[in-house]
Amino acid sequence: MSADATDIEVPAQFPDAAGHFGTFGGRFVPEALVAALDELASAHRAAMADESFRTEFAELLRDYAGTPSLLYEARRFSARAGARVLLKREDLNHTGAHKVRNVLGQALLTRRMGKRRVIAETGAGQHGVATATAAALFDLECVVYMGQVDTERQALNVARMRMLGATVVPVTTGSRTLKDAMNEAMRDWVANVDETHYLIGTAAGPHPFPALVRDFVRGIGEEARAQCLDLTGALPDAVTACVGGGSNALGIFHAFTDDPQVRLYGFEAGGAGVDTGRHAASITGGSTGVLHGTRTFVLQDADGQTQESHSISAGLDYPGVGPEHAWLHDTGRATYQPVTDDEAMAAFELLCRTEGIIPAIESAHALAGTLAIAPKLAAELGRQPTIVVNLSGRGDKDVHTAGEYFGILDKE
Amino acid sequence: MSERTSRIGVAFDKARADGRALLVGCMPAGFPTVEGSIAAMKAMVAAGVDVIEVEIPYSDPVMDGPVIQRASDIALAGGVRTRDTLRIVEAVAATGAPVVTMTYWNPIERYGVDAFARDLAAAGGTGLITPDLIPEEAGEWLAASDAHGLDRTFLVAPSSTDERLAMTAAHCRGFVYATAIMGVTGARSQTSQAAPVLVSRVREVTDLPVGVGLGVGTGAQAATVAGYADAVIVGSALIRCLLDAPDEAAALTALRTLSAELSEGVHHPIR
Repeated sequence: MSADATDIEVPAQFPDAAGHFGTFGGRFVPEALVAALDELASAHRAAMADESFRTEFAELLRDYAGTPSLLYEARRFSARAGARVLLKREDLNHTGAHKVRNVLGQALLTRRMGKRRVIAETGAGQHGVATATAAALFDLECVVYMGQVDTERQALNVARMRMLGATVVPVTTGSRTLKDAMNEAMRDWVANVDETHYLIGTAAGPHPFPALVRDFVRGIGEEARAQCLDLTGALPDAVTACVGGGSNALGIFHAFTDDPQVRLYGFEAGGAGVDTGRHAASITGGSTGVLHGTRTFVLQDADGQTQESHSISAGLDYPGVGPEHAWLHDTGRATYQPVTDDEAMAAFELLCRTEGIIPAIESAHALAGTLAIAPKLAAELGRQPTIVVNLSGRGDKDVHTAGEYFGILDKE
Repeated sequence: MSERTSRIGVAFDKARADGRALLVGCMPAGFPTVEGSIAAMKAMVAAGVDVIEVEIPYSDPVMDGPVIQRASDIALAGGVRTRDTLRIVEAVAATGAPVVTMTYWNPIERYGVDAFARDLAAAGGTGLITPDLIPEEAGEWLAASDAHGLDRTFLVAPSSTDERLAMTAAHCRGFVYATAIMGVTGARSQTSQAAPVLVSRVREVTDLPVGVGLGVGTGAQAATVAGYADAVIVGSALIRCLLDAPDEAAALTALRTLSAELSEGVHHPIR
């Protein structure tokens, strides 16, 4: 453990030194991983305080990922929402989502720690593709674990990862989806921790992952806050995002947490409806537990066995949530609500038709939630509210799912 | 830190006096069924396994390799509940062999940490081995295990710093679990080079007995590990006897044969 008093203050005030956000977070891991997590925490602290690291990261984000992403006033969508809706266009980033910020940051850290190999878990394949992209750029060996069910559903993304030079390992244990891919990545990490960095895809997992992923994506909110002030002369009334593991939401929330007048809304995947049991809404439909190394809200049965999640959006289809969200919920700083598959797809279609933007189905949950809260917010404020929505990813990957949902695919 | 004499502590004392190591055999609760797992554990005891480690099946066992994952999946698919584990502990403890429970942390949090400790003690269990709970996160368990007189075994690993070895051992009672390799459970063809080094590092910081697990599957490997450890912990190789057998009778025969072979190994340590 190399954390000493001369180490720099962590930029954000949470979590505490052991990774706790209130009663959430922490480390529930095999002892074999503790040394690596300590090394990573130390590298994270040092990197965030190192001007040259910050500069290199900023240059990569600008020149390679294409940030700052635009803040776009969606006028036709706004008219339908009854709110002034500003879209944070993370869908325009290289690789098509906010995730590129996290993988570039972690790839830089990997190099800084002298490791030559990265592993990752992926559900729909977006994080896997982003990791494979960064691995190609940084000349790192890359292995991506992906549930067998998902490798079959997302064959195109498997091909993309392979084109980028990654090895994709189909996971055949458990439910053969994202949570099992995460288990398998953890097992790989325990066995190869000396030369391998586990490039986790969301702000979940054991400390320091939730904090470090947040720190790599919080530029989203910093940019959006400044852009909103430029554009409107004021802060927004609300900031909204979808929440699976929760990295895009934390990314946009963080710059606003000290602005009490800005309401923060996270929209979870309500699947077929939280009351049906077929959903992925860990906060609104789950309970406190320990999963994948952290204490948070989890979908679990009476014995603490993880339950399968269900969502039309593969990126939100996870039975847990990052611990900082659990804490933001607990403290009341952010509000979490479920959005069903049908509500998300209606918003998906509305954005396509009003703005000519095909959003990721994940991001469509944020749009649907925005449509739901806008009238209440307008009534409460007595005026049209301004809402910044994190359009976290583009919908190219979802064309098949959406085409099936809307019944618009030609039969062979 | 052992203010109390645990049953497992007594067993270690006796084995030390006999110049041998203890054989700890692990089996998931409810695999292949609740009754089947009780029969398997009793057969292991009868064939020379000194201590039974009952693993609570868990949906996301990140420290376990394919064999224990499969057995856990079978047990969970059969509908085993945490309270069945307590019934199994009670049935096996009735043989007189110490019974320790190994569990990932979430099922215990869900049951209620103090309630589980109370019920485990009442069932005759000696304590818990906790593969994903480190002492820093274990406040509630430290209190509950003290209140109900249970042992607590945390893991140490080849990657643990000296400071962490000392801290972790100081929070253990009964014995310390040394993971022989950096990796998950599962029998391996070669015994670990790292394990003897780790055990001697642990002995620098504690007088508690040290058990070595991960990768042991044959009598010869057991004898080698018994040469430097106080307990040899075997899981996957025993479980495979049940997974690979065509029927229950064949499974129990294979289990007895391997248990006897492993027992022979721990009785003749190679030093």
